[in-house]
Amino acid sequence: MSTLTADDLRARVGELLAAHPPASTDRLEFLRARFDAGLAWVHYPAGLGGLDAPRELQNVVEAELAKAGAPDNNPRRIGIGLGMAAPTILRFGTEEQKQRYLRPLWTGEEVWCQLFSEPGAGSDLAALGTRAVRDGDEWVVNGQKVWTSVAHIARFAILVTRTNPDVPKHQGMTYFICDMTDPGVEVRPLRQLTGEAEFNEVFLSGVRIPDANRLGAVGEGWKVAQTTLMNERVAIGGNAIPREGGLIGMVSQTWRDRPELRTPELHDRLLKLWVQAEAARLAGTRLRQQLAVGAPGPEGSAMKLAFANLQQALTGLEIELSGEDGLRYDDWTLRRPEKVDMLGRGPGYRYLRAKGNSIEGGTSEVLRNIISERVLGLPSEPRVDKDVAWKDLPR
Amino acid sequence: MSDLLYSEVEEDLRASVRDLLTDRAGFTSVLARTESAEPYDLKLWRTLAADLGLAGLAVPEEMGGQGASYREVAVVLEELGRSVAPVPFLGSAVLATAALLAAGDTELLPRLAGGELIGALAVPLTTAPDAGFPDGVSANTEGALSGSVRTVADASVADVLIVPAVGPDGPGLYAVEKAGATVTEVVSLDLTRRLADVSFDNASSRLLTGPSGAEPALRQALLVGAGLLASEQVGVAQWCLDETVAYLKQRYQFGRPVGSFQALKHRLADLYLEIVSARATARYAADTLATGDSDVPVAVAVAQSTCSAVALHTAEESVQLHGGIGMTWEHPAHLYLKRAKSSELALGTPGRHRAALAGLVNLPPA
Repeated sequence: MSTLTADDLRARVGELLAAHPPASTDRLEFLRARFDAGLAWVHYPAGLGGLDAPRELQNVVEAELAKAGAPDNNPRRIGIGLGMAAPTILRFGTEEQKQRYLRPLWTGEEVWCQLFSEPGAGSDLAALGTRAVRDGDEWVVNGQKVWTSVAHIARFAILVTRTNPDVPKHQGMTYFICDMTDPGVEVRPLRQLTGEAEFNEVFLSGVRIPDANRLGAVGEGWKVAQTTLMNERVAIGGNAIPREGGLIGMVSQTWRDRPELRTPELHDRLLKLWVQAEAARLAGTRLRQQLAVGAPGPEGSAMKLAFANLQQALTGLEIELSGEDGLRYDDWTLRRPEKVDMLGRGPGYRYLRAKGNSIEGGTSEVLRNIISERVLGLPSEPRVDKDVAWKDLPR
Repeated sequence: MSDLLYSEVEEDLRASVRDLLTDRAGFTSVLARTESAEPYDLKLWRTLAADLGLAGLAVPEEMGGQGASYREVAVVLEELGRSVAPVPFLGSAVLATAALLAAGDTELLPRLAGGELIGALAVPLTTAPDAGFPDGVSANTEGALSGSVRTVADASVADVLIVPAVGPDGPGLYAVEKAGATVTEVVSLDLTRRLADVSFDNASSRLLTGPSGAEPALRQALLVGAGLLASEQVGVAQWCLDETVAYLKQRYQFGRPVGSFQALKHRLADLYLEIVSARATARYAADTLATGDSDVPVAVAVAQSTCSAVALHTAEESVQLHGGIGMTWEHPAHLYLKRAKSSELALGTPGRHRAALAGLVNLPPA
């Protein structure tokens, strides 16, 4: 790691801003220049958008750029690329792959999606059955993926496949980069209980992927996928939120603005959730402080679970607090949004969408298993599938 | 934002307190003492208070203390919670000491801070910080006190009582020596934190602070007490979780360790999650108390309502998940359950703190 200081980074940001004044520079051009200056993600290696600097110095860069009104890289739309594809490519990619993919990924020119879950393999991801069969310098892929956010706008996907059905499930997987424009890739909207089609089903029929697009060794796909999943769960809100940030603020404001909706029972529940939100905020702050001094605690695995519990309880309360408006819904039109817009929609949408918080990115049940086994050290349930070839598993 | 972590100094302090308590306040000796004529371990108290200097940890050096802060006191309380050690730390080193500090006393404070005297704050342990000034004891023009207070923590071993009483000019905080009070120990739900009823019949006293200072001093002492009790509750919860996890790893039923059953693992994961939140709120309360931050009342209400509930839930689950052995007198779980349930009532219930919070953050009742 380099010995760059916060002042060094401020100076570099100054140089970037001087050479590319945000007011008169095209947005994309600015983002590319920022990447090339090593100010995209400062903890990444030099030449790949970073400077080998300590991760916490990123905040310095963000603050300086925000002050100067520089454009950002719209991280919510490209969250899968930034949070999951990039760290996996960085760790397992060849030099060529890193050079090819990281820059347009970071600038948002190329959107990424994640072809992991399948109709028969959700929480038990290692059970997946999408087959990749080698054919010379290429692999031929057949199968179906599901719950794929932004697949309809994605240029690339990270893809996990089954390459050897004759060994136990964790050993026979291989990880690829899939070009979503290739023949045989079909994306179909999957309408959800909210009415919108935020997710997709992706059908892969005879898709030919060059071996050069493989990430990691043949048969090592589970190991590569673990890196992706760990990063997925660590990618919790990087920024400190103020008190009453997010939904609790919205609900509290409704309480203040609409005295006619108040009841003693709702007051009691609101105060409990206010305390819970404040406690979660403080726990998140504490986690970031631990990360900043390089002592990441096991608290991280608990935060997503806490968030899901809180969001679901809060959105449920909000509907009750809405009185007769709680019976209405803002819009059932089939839409294909590029990002989740919790605060921009109505209470009914928030309530329904929050049901996904305890399922997506690892169900709350799986997270409880992770906490109890990896943090508390409790024994795992007996495994019936550990030494059985994938093809012999009941399904 | 406040520093919510533990400093190296705080971790060192924790290690030395834990070592001592492991040595001197093991479960069997704590349990044996609850049934003896001397339920408090005053030898242990002297070591903690005087030898380690913990009685005056947050008291400035010029007043005989260590000049540390409430952050360090909170760490000591976490350890005392882990061991449910029978020492009058909350009553003397926290409540009485904070009242004397806030009242600007310079006579008694050094003696309490040095561990020479044990103090107690003569209010019911259930008193919440926003409870208003109590009127059970009155002072006449000569400063002689009459009246009574029920359910005072640590009073049975106190050398001096800090008494809120209403005098001819209004509220005052008074100091009364043990000999001037009638202290009647009551049977406490919590076997390791004793309660006593205290009464005064024309007891001679010394005025610590009069009408202008008494109310804010009492409120400050109760805020400090409630805010730091949260850390003790975190210690109680952490012990209960650690012990339960250890037990479920070694207890076999149906041919496997009980801790491998998902139905139980998920309950433990939820407790862990609760403790993560509780610890963050307790650290925040301790830090705001240490720095005198204006957010103290909110921080205390959040910490106290969170940590009370978490300690109690963890202790209740601990008894349940230990199965039959958890119901016995021989297993330590019951001492923690009794402490957790008692401290849920102490210095304001969770509901009481949430009601206070409603006013502080402008969420008015229906």
